[in-house]
Amino acid sequence: MEVFVESVGLLGPGLANWPASRPILQDLTPYEPGEVLLRAPESLPPAERRRTGAPVKLAIGAGLDALARSERSAESLATVFASSGADGEMIHQICEVLATPQREVSPTRFHNSVHNAPAGYWSIALRSRAPSTSLCCFDWSFAAGLLEACAWSLTEDEPVLSISYDLPYSEPLHALRPIVGTFGAALLLAPHRTSASFARLDVRVEGEAGRATRMKDAALEALRSRNPTGRALPLLRALAGPSAEHLVLDYLDSALPVSVSPC
Amino acid sequence: MKPLTLSAFTLTTSLGLGETAHVDALRSGRSGLAPCAFESAHLDTWVGQVPDAYLQPVGGEPAADCRNNRLAQLALGQDDFSEAVAHARRRYGAQRIGLFLGTSTSGLLTTELAYRQRDPASGALPAFDYAATQNHFSLGRFVRARLGLAGPAMVVSTACSSSAKTFGNAARMISVGLCDAAIVGGVDSLCLTTLYGFGSLELLSSAPCRPFDVERQGISIGEGAGFALLERSEERGRKPDVQLLGVGESSDAHHMSTPHPEGAGARAAMERALASAGLAPHDIDYINLHGTATRTNDAAEDKAVHELFGARPACSSTKGATGHLLGAAGIAEALICVLSLRERLIPGSVNTQRVDPALHVRYVLNTRHDAPRRAMSNSFGFGGSNCSLVFGIA
Repeated sequence: MEVFVESVGLLGPGLANWPASRPILQDLTPYEPGEVLLRAPESLPPAERRRTGAPVKLAIGAGLDALARSERSAESLATVFASSGADGEMIHQICEVLATPQREVSPTRFHNSVHNAPAGYWSIALRSRAPSTSLCCFDWSFAAGLLEACAWSLTEDEPVLSISYDLPYSEPLHALRPIVGTFGAALLLAPHRTSASFARLDVRVEGEAGRATRMKDAALEALRSRNPTGRALPLLRALAGPSAEHLVLDYLDSALPVSVSPC
Repeated sequence: MKPLTLSAFTLTTSLGLGETAHVDALRSGRSGLAPCAFESAHLDTWVGQVPDAYLQPVGGEPAADCRNNRLAQLALGQDDFSEAVAHARRRYGAQRIGLFLGTSTSGLLTTELAYRQRDPASGALPAFDYAATQNHFSLGRFVRARLGLAGPAMVVSTACSSSAKTFGNAARMISVGLCDAAIVGGVDSLCLTTLYGFGSLELLSSAPCRPFDVERQGISIGEGAGFALLERSEERGRKPDVQLLGVGESSDAHHMSTPHPEGAGARAAMERALASAGLAPHDIDYINLHGTATRTNDAAEDKAVHELFGARPACSSTKGATGHLLGAAGIAEALICVLSLRERLIPGSVNTQRVDPALHVRYVLNTRHDAPRRAMSNSFGFGGSNCSLVFGIA
């Protein structure tokens, strides 16, 4: 599948946004993981803003970073949200309450516990009635989201914003699912080359798993291997640089080879 | 979109196991709802539960043994569905069959129960396999292994529209050539999070739910599993049976757990589904409504449907029979539409006694013989996630 990248958004430890992250991903500036600044979008009504948790802020933050350098209107832009675990903190809090005799589940926590909570808040914040999906494919969620976004863009013949995000569970779930790092990435993809396109992606599904491209920097490689959205880093590095690159993402028991060429 | 043929399908809910049980239940107006006796839940509500005795431990992979996968296993054993998939696998190759399933809570019950057994000193949970149970993809992982598939796979989790949306995933993936055929559907099983969660929102009915009734007072939660095999219509040797003709998706952009009062997002999904099928509103004979039986959902959906279709198509919600299957509602009601077309019937609305006079669609109370040619299924979820599907019979 051939699609064109118009914009990239990023939000992660020491990766404040896409422009600031490009030299880090190209190994031109040393990578120093730090805190991730998560903010609820200003455009949400105050009641909704108070209710948003970290996953919503992370996913929307990454998406807004991609939109910051695009002329596309968010109101009509289809979105694909991909995450392995979505809001683990909410699941933890609900399971804790359910283990007490009273079982007084908070209604706000319950509606925020759905996997598509970021998509719901996104549509409210951006006033978008455009189609949106929210999917999960465990460690391969980013790759699954990329495939779905490419397929959407090509069959509907329109641009799509693909947002992937993952963040750690707190204990005791962390011991069973040790996601590390708070990381969100967004790609604004279009089916045709436009004046806004800066790279062409050729995405296929072929071959066997286990040959994913790795990051040179040890800290970035740790983020890649321990955070499902971190699996996007080799693709983001290729998009940050000036030259054509070929890379491989793992996808289930097969591989997702991606060719990136500047345009 | 290019039509896709449903060359095999199966459905398991509180109404019974497999297709025949559902046709019988639709014809007789039977309900699967009963007072809630699920696990340790103390709630004044009714549920559509698949009997625990039917939910056998999953064979072969003990780590994946959770209520959701047990329900998936039970459904995969009905209607020769697994045999049909095996046939498709030989025809196309395991890598050329996609798997797109929906769930809202997957095996979350396993985690809920584990939280009752935390180590008093450390707070640690007893060991269980997170990836094979709680993670949403556990369903995709389990069914993919069971059916011996190796093509593209993902799990959609958009609350109550989840498994409806998988038809769209399949249509797109087949269209771009990533697969030649696809399994769609979904599984959702009872758990305490949804029971107590909907309870906290004061959306649970204390009596069997009564969609579109003047005295409706909330939902009855159910569980179920449904699967369909989709293939390109031109590749089927025989005359096409029931086909997927169109898919429409939209967002409400209104509120996380309350539908848009004018049904604006719902209307957008229905309009997109019609456009995708190349049909006009008067081409639709039957609409299986989302019809949850909450005051606000039914009012908003009625407004959207009536504005777009007028009072021509027969409409009903089958949630009085099955309960609200949440992430599996989309596939269950899609398959009820398929059965309506094939069995020449319009399903009635079990439990509904008097249609709310404030609602305007042509609402059908009792199942009747008819010959619908095209049917629409509506699924709307939390987060304002909407999906409408159009099916037709040749």
